[in-house]
Amino acid sequence: MIYLDHNATSPLRPGIAEVVFSALSQLTGNPSSVHGAGRASRQKLDEARRAVAALVEVHESRVVFTSGGSESNNLALFGVAAHRGFQGTILTSSVEHPSILSTCEQLAHRGMKVIRLPVDSAGRVDPADVAATLDKSTVLVSIMAANNETGVLQPIAAIGAICRQAEVLFHTDATQWMGKIPLLPDSFHVDLLTLSAHKLGGPKGTGALIVGPSIRLEPHILGGGQERGRRAGTENLPGIVGFGAAATQVKTAMTTEAEAMARMQQQLEDGILATLPDAVIFGNTAQRLPNTTAVGMRGVDGETLVMTLDLAGFAISSGAACSSGRTTPSHVLVAMGVEQEFNQSAVRISLGWDTSAHAVDLFINAFSRSVNRLRKGSHF
Amino acid sequence: MKLPIYMDYQATTPVDPQVMEAMLPWFVEKFGNPASRSHAYGWEADEAVTLARKQVATLIGADPREIVFTSGATESDNLAIWGVAQFYREKGNHIITLTTEHKAVLDTCRYLESDGFTVTYLPVQPNGLVNLAALEAAITPQTILVSIMAVNNEVGVIQPLEAIGRLCRQRKVFFHCDGAQGVGKIPMDVNVMNIDLLSISAHKIYGPKGVGALYVRRQPRVRLKAIMHGGGHERGMRSGTLPTPLLVGLGEACRIAGVVMATEQSQTLALRERLRIGIMSRLTHVELNGDLHARVAGNLNISFNYVEGESLMMAIKNVAVSSGSACTSASLEPSYVLRALGVNEEMAHTSIRFGLGRFTTAQEVDHVIEIVVSAVNKLREMSPLWEMVQDGVDMTSLQWAAH
Amino acid sequence: MSYNEKVLDHYENPRNVGSLDKMDAQVGTGMVGAPACGDVMKLQIRVSADGIIDDAKFKTFGCGSAIAASSLVTEWVKGKSIDEALAIKNKEIADELALPPVKIHCSVLAEDAIKSAVADYRSKQSQQAKGV
Repeated sequence: MIYLDHNATSPLRPGIAEVVFSALSQLTGNPSSVHGAGRASRQKLDEARRAVAALVEVHESRVVFTSGGSESNNLALFGVAAHRGFQGTILTSSVEHPSILSTCEQLAHRGMKVIRLPVDSAGRVDPADVAATLDKSTVLVSIMAANNETGVLQPIAAIGAICRQAEVLFHTDATQWMGKIPLLPDSFHVDLLTLSAHKLGGPKGTGALIVGPSIRLEPHILGGGQERGRRAGTENLPGIVGFGAAATQVKTAMTTEAEAMARMQQQLEDGILATLPDAVIFGNTAQRLPNTTAVGMRGVDGETLVMTLDLAGFAISSGAACSSGRTTPSHVLVAMGVEQEFNQSAVRISLGWDTSAHAVDLFINAFSRSVNRLRKGSHF
Repeated sequence: MKLPIYMDYQATTPVDPQVMEAMLPWFVEKFGNPASRSHAYGWEADEAVTLARKQVATLIGADPREIVFTSGATESDNLAIWGVAQFYREKGNHIITLTTEHKAVLDTCRYLESDGFTVTYLPVQPNGLVNLAALEAAITPQTILVSIMAVNNEVGVIQPLEAIGRLCRQRKVFFHCDGAQGVGKIPMDVNVMNIDLLSISAHKIYGPKGVGALYVRRQPRVRLKAIMHGGGHERGMRSGTLPTPLLVGLGEACRIAGVVMATEQSQTLALRERLRIGIMSRLTHVELNGDLHARVAGNLNISFNYVEGESLMMAIKNVAVSSGSACTSASLEPSYVLRALGVNEEMAHTSIRFGLGRFTTAQEVDHVIEIVVSAVNKLREMSPLWEMVQDGVDMTSLQWAAH
Repeated sequence: MSYNEKVLDHYENPRNVGSLDKMDAQVGTGMVGAPACGDVMKLQIRVSADGIIDDAKFKTFGCGSAIAASSLVTEWVKGKSIDEALAIKNKEIADELALPPVKIHCSVLAEDAIKSAVADYRSKQSQQAKGV
């Protein structure tokens, strides 16, 4: 089986499983306990915090560990909104992850104004739109760094600069970006940054929100005062320790991996277009992550195609792996103006740190064979 | 015997080797996202999640569809209380809880007070148990929720859950129970006890940290507003990628608890009593905090009069325990739970919680008795208060200048 | 909470634990703190005829840092004149034991204990002088 669905989740990087296992078996203490076992746990927690901080080059006090990317997004939005008494406007985009979009809906119910900026046909938010829409009532701008379905990068440096000048907080969901390209929140003027461990080769069930030095936010989970009062609950220590180890690895490997992935992405897309000249790569006029290819073709149902490929030994996805049994068309592609037929046909191939060029070759073959077979059986 | 000796099982428990074994493959080769519907990685992960859900449900007599996975009991408490309060706020705005609840419950209640709700914090009796008549009297037509824990984390007392559940059902008020210290330790059946919402923690029952569950009753249905929004996982009640290995660990921990609970608890109780009698028969001026009989097997909480708790912890540094002393808490206040039991501040400062569990041995207990007794004697020799008591000074008559 | 080595040393091998005869006119006894606050320190000094503290003893109910701070001051005051002993400031104690901010009150208490012991000694001396 060849796994090309890294945007859904990535396998643990080499050595991380051992780190997690050893934490599971050895770190018996609760980091809040004062005895030796507790202090040993606290020390590992602090080390992991420093490793994650180092990945994004911020002070460790700015790392708030959470249960994952979704919680980080919830905390960023609710935390700022609650601190502002649920008043004012939040600016976001129409291609965000559901954890942003549905949190925004909740905030709208509580009386906040939410503006969802459109994207162009390549899936990008126009920074000029951000600048034009910002006003005195805006309390937060939340625009993702890279899209999970298409890999399209948002102009976050430009948006960050605009927000900074307007003195408005800027949050970016870097769940998919981090681990593939370096992202330093301070040089991008990012005030709040969402990270997920399992998307960068760390364990599931842990993530972080990187919080700017002087930013006040209300906790989203109460009771216990962990994480400097910003996130209560006994820390997921093995997960966090694994996250730290993955962050350290990513920090050194990222650039080399990105180059390798970019070559394979080119190989993949060239290969697909050579055998299926009418295929469309979504967002291909925009800058994209080096690992994500979303492709659509007339006359092929995406769901059926991924099933066929699964039988052939390739794991890819027909859209975002999120909630269960979703058959509605991708909101991301809809926002990009992709017509219904293409939208239904879209599949996502996402490469990872363990992908080889050989696997990509095998995939291209299987992909074109599957598409051709499905087309023969279809009405077209 | 291996040192240090871990006797802090109420803070957290080591992961059971069997639980670890069950989790490992899900960290490595079976790494799929259970929400991935398009390939075998996702399906096998989803099957594992389904099994875990069933294992959790079985332990508490629930239906698997009533289990919502969370990041831990703290999140479960937040979701249960905030979620029910927000969903039913048109129906009523009154919540009842105890002064001895976990901070996750108390802080959530406090937050709700700032959001238009009224909260009654019922005092407990000196033995730590709720006064049922007071609870009944506190219920008003505005009451929508009663939140009472199964087992207290500091003093281990077991609340009369069946009676509380019956009362809540009669008065048509939802009953949330923080079961972090109870599930897997005492028999808990959501139907027998009429529990509508039950918070569960994995790391208190030899499972991994970072995962828990909330039981949410379907018949009669309890509805709640989510706190974690996103992809609509867990039937919309809790979004976020399901951490398969952690859920497998929670499920396996629940399965094991169901199998071993009866034997394990009687063994733990025997060890706890050996420890209690061993210490209390050899020292004077020691007091047990919390009821002796309505108490979970693994908990012993003792005040060692005239010996400050943190210094005692230092003296027995090869034994991991916890203290109600202010010096061990960030707040610099002695335990609010002990204070709620009517334990005075001085005695609260001298309290030590011994938490026994699955891997505690008789040999460890005997060793702990020896070193605790000798440490208390040594520290009393250094204690000016002890000296005054020996000199016959009536301690209650003294006036102390606060500093 | 991790303890500094000096705290651990004083805690594990406390110097000068015990009591002096509190009725002795040469002995000053200071008792500070309160059980409800979690620490009580008793410091006793014996002052020789030439005004030098020639012995000091303590008993303390309190955390490890409180015990260490008391033990330390018994060492420090011995051999000092009363005025020299009074010059010991809590900051020196806190620095010597590298106390973290939450434990600074232990050093404050130790300084207070010296003052209180000296005051007791002086009051005894003045009463004796008056021939009471």
